[in-house]
Amino acid sequence: MDFAHSFALIAPELLLTTAGLALLLVGAWGGDKSARLVAISAAAALFGAGFMLVPGLHFGVDGPATLAFGRLIKVDSFALFAKALIYLAAIGALMVAPAFFNSAAAGTERGMRAEYPVLVLFAAVGMSIMVSANDFMTLYLGLELNSLSAYVLAAILRRDTRSGEAGLKYFVLGALASGILLYGMSLLYGFTGGTAFTAVHAGLTGEMGIGALFGVIFVLSGLAFKISAVPFHMWTPDVYEGAPTPVTAFFATAPKVAAVALTARVVFEVFGAQVDAWQQIVMFTALASIIFGALGAIGQENLKRLLAYSSINNVGFILLGLAVANETGVSAMLVYLFIYVAMSLGSFVALLMLRGEDGALFETFADIRGLSVTRPAIAWALLLFMFSLAGIPPLLGFYGKFVVFQATVEAGLVAFGAIAIAASVIGAFYYIKFVKVMFFDAPAGVVTGKSGAAHWVLLGLTAAIVSPLGYLLTPSLTDLADKAAASLFLAV
Amino acid sequence: MEGLPILSLMMLVPLAGALACLFAGAAAARWIALGTTLVTFVLGVALWSNYQIGGAQWQFTERAELFAGFSWALGIDGIALMLIMLSVFLMPICILASWDAVQKRVGEYMAAFLFMEVLMIGTFSAQDLFLFYIFFEAGLIPMYLIIGVWGGDNRIYASYKFFLYTLLGSVLMLIAMFWMVAEAGTSDIPTLMQYSFPPGAQTWLWLAFFASFAVKVPMWPFHTWLPDAHVQAPTAGSVILAGVLLKLGTYGFVRFSLPMFPEASAQFAWLVFVLSMIAVVYTSLVALVQSDMKKLIAYSSVAHMAIVTVGLFAFNVQGLEGAMIVMLSHGLVSAALFLCVGVIYDRLHTREIARYGGLAINMPYYALFFLLFTMASIGLPGTSGFVGEFLALAGIYQTSSLVALVATTGIILGAAYMLYLYRRVAFGGQVHEDAAAMRDISAREWLMMAPIAASVLWMGVYPESFLAPMRADIAVLDARLAAAAPASDAALTAGAPRAEAANALSHENGANHSSAEEGAH
Repeated sequence: MDFAHSFALIAPELLLTTAGLALLLVGAWGGDKSARLVAISAAAALFGAGFMLVPGLHFGVDGPATLAFGRLIKVDSFALFAKALIYLAAIGALMVAPAFFNSAAAGTERGMRAEYPVLVLFAAVGMSIMVSANDFMTLYLGLELNSLSAYVLAAILRRDTRSGEAGLKYFVLGALASGILLYGMSLLYGFTGGTAFTAVHAGLTGEMGIGALFGVIFVLSGLAFKISAVPFHMWTPDVYEGAPTPVTAFFATAPKVAAVALTARVVFEVFGAQVDAWQQIVMFTALASIIFGALGAIGQENLKRLLAYSSINNVGFILLGLAVANETGVSAMLVYLFIYVAMSLGSFVALLMLRGEDGALFETFADIRGLSVTRPAIAWALLLFMFSLAGIPPLLGFYGKFVVFQATVEAGLVAFGAIAIAASVIGAFYYIKFVKVMFFDAPAGVVTGKSGAAHWVLLGLTAAIVSPLGYLLTPSLTDLADKAAASLFLAV
Repeated sequence: MEGLPILSLMMLVPLAGALACLFAGAAAARWIALGTTLVTFVLGVALWSNYQIGGAQWQFTERAELFAGFSWALGIDGIALMLIMLSVFLMPICILASWDAVQKRVGEYMAAFLFMEVLMIGTFSAQDLFLFYIFFEAGLIPMYLIIGVWGGDNRIYASYKFFLYTLLGSVLMLIAMFWMVAEAGTSDIPTLMQYSFPPGAQTWLWLAFFASFAVKVPMWPFHTWLPDAHVQAPTAGSVILAGVLLKLGTYGFVRFSLPMFPEASAQFAWLVFVLSMIAVVYTSLVALVQSDMKKLIAYSSVAHMAIVTVGLFAFNVQGLEGAMIVMLSHGLVSAALFLCVGVIYDRLHTREIARYGGLAINMPYYALFFLLFTMASIGLPGTSGFVGEFLALAGIYQTSSLVALVATTGIILGAAYMLYLYRRVAFGGQVHEDAAAMRDISAREWLMMAPIAASVLWMGVYPESFLAPMRADIAVLDARLAAAAPASDAALTAGAPRAEAANALSHENGANHSSAEEGAH
């Protein structure tokens, strides 16, 4: 038990926690005037924490050296990959925030509140802990730290009833999901006699009793809620619509990565001996998410609701990789996650850049009619994101689907893959509706408002990743994802 | 030409042009687009003249391993060469056809067309399964935009239908491709063309590929997107759709379905025959009652493509050669017919047949070109249509006389609807004043029509130029199919060879003594 070693392993989390606490004090004394400074410092802290991950990511770490604090935490390549994505997404959510909160239409009298960056930081710490959990206690700790920060973030526009409603809904349903998860964990503890992942794994080998099976199902249901997979997706459209758009951009990216990574870790490291038990659950959830995510989006007029359904749909494809239940599948899933983060972040940034004459954000299809004439750059970027989400080559979204489906077919799940890919065509319907509204319809309103440099940088960056240029990233991305997947399977 | 990556270059030139067009003004974009398509055409001519007939099966090969299992593998055989030539030949004509007709967002329009050209050349020259898929599928984006932005009144519906139909077909093919690559361990198309998949799996793979190609061809009953897309697309969009994009489907049959799954192809030949027979008769009858010119030609395309599929699945050399020539001929003729419609649409802004009449009086040159292309569409000897249809029907007659019988009615019905169209548009009295006041074709329109007319006649009179590069490849394909070929119902028996050539002059007085030995026909 070497504490120095343990602290070294969780250095990024320590940095983020320290920064979060310090910035909280800055915010408390400096007031909201310091919000910009706090945001920049928070982004810098996230960047610093992300930088600490680079050596581990590059060389790949696994084995006993990654265990910290008496096996409570495990910082292997898999955790590092997820953390890197989480930090990047959080930086994105911080970059787009000031311009939004400082505009008159956001309804904030004093502009951005200093709490926003601090909450994002704490959420990031929570997610870091989640993805490196090696014990159900750690898992729950991280999950709740993340969730509680997220509930407040959703309701951060206090004067906006929709924001308040989103926060409340998220809280009530999130608490329910946490309860389900806890109940599952307690069942597993009761039937296996441990909370450590290795202990539960050992207890679940061989014939599984009905009680333990219930435990597995409850844990998976709780996690399915966190990743908003069907049938636990109901909260997503409401929360995404009500929450302020930068917060929605955050929800759609970082917590998804964390929850998906956590789910992957749990199914392999805890339920690894019972693949048949969880595989069919994940397969069902994946298919249902793809189909319902696509069908639900068809009638939507609100763009944020539509993107919420799109994220449900994408979770289906991510889970497809998980359902394959082998190393290739996990690697494909991680690649897809990265691409998904880029696509979602880009779409939300594009939405954030569109304001009407009164300064209000554009939220419906009617608002973005004829955007290709009024704001061609944003329209072309959105076109890339939408075709990429639909998985049309040569955009990078195709590569994500490509690796996931390749893993599915190679594992022999041909019929499953065929149904899923046919269902993906339903999704294409509303993605091309986006393009239709922007490019085919006559312009509607005047688009005003200059977008900040931060927005343009982020939009340009994500658009470049999604465009065919993004394929240049794939060799290193695949390499990192392979290392991460390998470290996950070392323990099994 | 040794060492010069000419195929990559042919894709790079339009790609650069497309990017330039995106940022150029209207007038500049037109000239850039015309310039790049002409340069690409010149490169295409160089490609053809450097193609060695009787040389290696795959020429101009390029191979670079890219990341993540993709490889940039290009190469062409004679079949691909001819289709690439068709694409690069039609492209400058498309640009000319849109010169005045397209006035809004010219830069983006030209860019979309140039992107299309890149993707078409890529599709025909890809030698890697996934590279093929990327090019094949990426064409959806520019075509969706072309129909949706620059199309007619009902363009939204047509663009959705086009996009979703073709996407659904293609994704199933992708799953099949994954399975094939996992099974064969390579994504190299020439290797896969010689790989024998287990017959049980072939059935499924064939159906998955069929789902994609049948929509693209399009075969009855998957054809319903075509009339909508054609009618709503701008003229040049229809030209490229009919001229080249439909050939992607039949090219898929030639490149994938037949050589990779010969047993399954034989097993499902009846399906192709039934669908094609229905298509020939049904869509021809539908074409007969159309009042919209573009719709009429669109339906005639379905009928002609059905003759291509019939020829392909005849499993013999004549059928395959005929199908290839019909593909090329239909590419030229239907493109030209759409241009003919475009010419008068630009003047009167209607496609209603009834709004025209007597154009032969005020537009004699136009009427001449239109007549030539009408005749070529019917399959008049001397035009390209005759060569292809004759060969294809001769091929299918060896396999099934019933199919040949039904498919041949397509020619009769084709004559009916095309001549009826021509009579109503070009002949008769000048009933409408505005139609009577239309000017004859301009120099730009001459430039569009004359090259196609020349090619149609060339292919009709001396098809050997086009058949020669493909002959070896078709022989290879025929050999690959020989084992699986279904039994012929014609039960042909070889006759005794004649003592002298059929056209030999008899120096003796009296009857031609060889007439009795003609053999069993």
